[in-house]
Amino acid sequence: MNILTASNIEKRYSNHLALDDVSIAVPKGSIYGLLGPNGAGKTTLIRIINQITGPDKGEVLFDGHKLAENDIYRIGYLPEERGLYKKMKVGEQALFLAQLKGLSRTEALKRLKYWFEKFEIQGWWDKKIEELSKGMAQKIQFMVTIIHEPQLLIFDEPFSGFDPINAQLIKDEILDLKKRGTTIIFSTHNMSSVEELCDHITLINKSKNILSGQIDQVRMNYGSNVFEIAYRGNIEAIKSNISSHYDIINNDTEGSIPKVQVVASSPSEGNKLLQSLIPHIEVVSFNPVVPSMHDIFIKVVQEYNKAHGLSSN
Amino acid sequence: MKQIYLILQREFITRVRKKSFIIMTLLSPLFFAALMVLPSYFASLEDTSAKSIAIIDNTGSFTNVIPQTDYLKFSYITDTPVDEVKNKLEESGYYALLTIDTTTENNTPKLTIYSKKQPAIDVLSHIENSLEKEIETRKLKSYNIENLDKILADVKTEVKLRSIKLSKDGEEQESNTLITMGIAYILSFLMYMMVLLMGNQIMQGVIEEKNSRVVEVIISSIKPLNLMMGKILGLASVSLLQIAVWILLTLGLATVGINVLTERTQKANMEQMQASQKLMAEQGIDQSNMPTNISSDEGNNFLSALKSQNFVLIIGGFIFYFLGGFLLYAAMFAAVGSAVENITDTQQLVLPITLPLILSIIVMISGIKSPDGPLAFWFSIIPFTSPVVMLTRLPFGVPTWQLVLSASLLIITFLVITWFASKIYRVGILMYGKKYSWKEMWKWMRYGS
Repeated sequence: MNILTASNIEKRYSNHLALDDVSIAVPKGSIYGLLGPNGAGKTTLIRIINQITGPDKGEVLFDGHKLAENDIYRIGYLPEERGLYKKMKVGEQALFLAQLKGLSRTEALKRLKYWFEKFEIQGWWDKKIEELSKGMAQKIQFMVTIIHEPQLLIFDEPFSGFDPINAQLIKDEILDLKKRGTTIIFSTHNMSSVEELCDHITLINKSKNILSGQIDQVRMNYGSNVFEIAYRGNIEAIKSNISSHYDIINNDTEGSIPKVQVVASSPSEGNKLLQSLIPHIEVVSFNPVVPSMHDIFIKVVQEYNKAHGLSSN
Repeated sequence: MKQIYLILQREFITRVRKKSFIIMTLLSPLFFAALMVLPSYFASLEDTSAKSIAIIDNTGSFTNVIPQTDYLKFSYITDTPVDEVKNKLEESGYYALLTIDTTTENNTPKLTIYSKKQPAIDVLSHIENSLEKEIETRKLKSYNIENLDKILADVKTEVKLRSIKLSKDGEEQESNTLITMGIAYILSFLMYMMVLLMGNQIMQGVIEEKNSRVVEVIISSIKPLNLMMGKILGLASVSLLQIAVWILLTLGLATVGINVLTERTQKANMEQMQASQKLMAEQGIDQSNMPTNISSDEGNNFLSALKSQNFVLIIGGFIFYFLGGFLLYAAMFAAVGSAVENITDTQQLVLPITLPLILSIIVMISGIKSPDGPLAFWFSIIPFTSPVVMLTRLPFGVPTWQLVLSASLLIITFLVITWFASKIYRVGILMYGKKYSWKEMWKWMRYGS
């Protein structure tokens, strides 16, 4: 079941089309990666989901009904361009933002107490934001984003400004939220964290959705016809036996066990390839090569831009 | 609604807690009260150093005519030539030399005063007045009218114009144009000042939210229009609080100050009066007809004139026009704040907003003399100037239909302007690095919702 469905969204600003017929479907309880180059239209889509702005065409469904004003209490948003009132005290500010998200004062106080203890920042309550470091302020920002326990969380570059230890803390927190059933839309340029966290992705480029799907499926689709073989034996034996059918793209003879990467014409040819090799060499391991999201991102975007005669900027 | 209240509350608390606000709120009344009290204080500080003035009376008929006061002594010199006294003025301790010479013209002597320093105005008028009176009396006496003293006493008149305002049901109330004008001035200046001050504060607040990037966090929880309204209402309450404190403190301080002063001057007046009565008695002047207790009479007038003001209407009108004008202008200031990233970029955008405000102050100053004239009338109806100009007219009394017309126009304009402003605001607060101009803002206004 999808907690959020956006269908055929179009949004036009005075001189350009920010979103062109974009559709996404976010399954309940998943972490959904929203990827794309700068200026592709991700932030516009996120703002539409947050009702900061409205679509010109298309429809957004939230939890089965048309997105309504009250839904903001069930959505949490950590914008990329984020900040807090510099001169306001941490505690008062957190209380203010929590109440804006519909919590009562007492409930907000109770939950803030829990989070301040959990993050071990009780001593910050009476400090002003301007007295905190950027990372410390980010921590507060993250806390007030999730304080009202929304069903849908939208994180735009949540790890920026964090040191590795705090980034890990936030990552664990995100996984914990997922475990408790929260759906998360995750927008980032950090592809390794996409691989690590996301279940589904959508890649937006030039205002259009150019790639969508389950992340494993997407990765398989983009390269499962490449196989890596670790072997003992003579490389010439491989070359002479398979080169007529398959391309060898990577020949790594470093290390005790040499490896070779072979491109088959389809993912289903793994068995055939293996059969043709076994008589000539000893196969130590045989694996399909799954491309990284990083490679897929670059490949898909570049191919799309080339096909449509667009520049990559 | 709850969210608007939260925004309002935050704005109110953070601003009221600021040191600058507390200082402004508490110190300004001191300043205002000083403005009210100091002039009378300085007036009470008369030059009390004794001055002695030499008089050479060449007519010989004005000896001992000018009465001495506590600080003015007169010595009549008969045996020294004028030039010598003139040359030795300072050495002999005289402040000035007065010469009285005969003229042929109209029996009036020629008076000349010589001094090293420009003589003080009250010295001159004292001399002039006493001689004038004496000469007048003498001239009158020269007609040999019987019972002259009695006639003079009988003739003496003082005209006082009492101004009575007739209310609708024919009730009569003592009024005082000066007091009414004073109230009108204070109200419209307060309005003007607060709108400009707070409008700028709102603009700064919006820019601050935009620059600290807190705005996107907030508008994911609350509609931009509500955020804007919350901010504006928050600042409006801050201003109303400030004005209330200002008025109460100023009145309190001024009352205390004036009481202290009047006590002092009353004491001084008493002594002086006793002294002059003694002097006059010595000189055999009939004082049975001297006017007395003028001041307490005037005090009563002041009070009843104050009472004649319809304070319910004035305070109600002030709050209405203050809120109306404040909301109208604040919305425009907020829109400008949203369009820029730096307070220094606001100048060209703010000018068209402040122009009607400045215009209304100009109209107010000339309109206060004829509050029912066409100038004051039209500008008190036009919404952009009505908050200031109507407040100017209000203490003088305004026909109900004009009030209703002006108020409804103000409400309609406020709604329209706020709607446009919120459209600019909504786009502006999320816009970085864009060129800001009225043209660009016009484009923002037309973006879909």
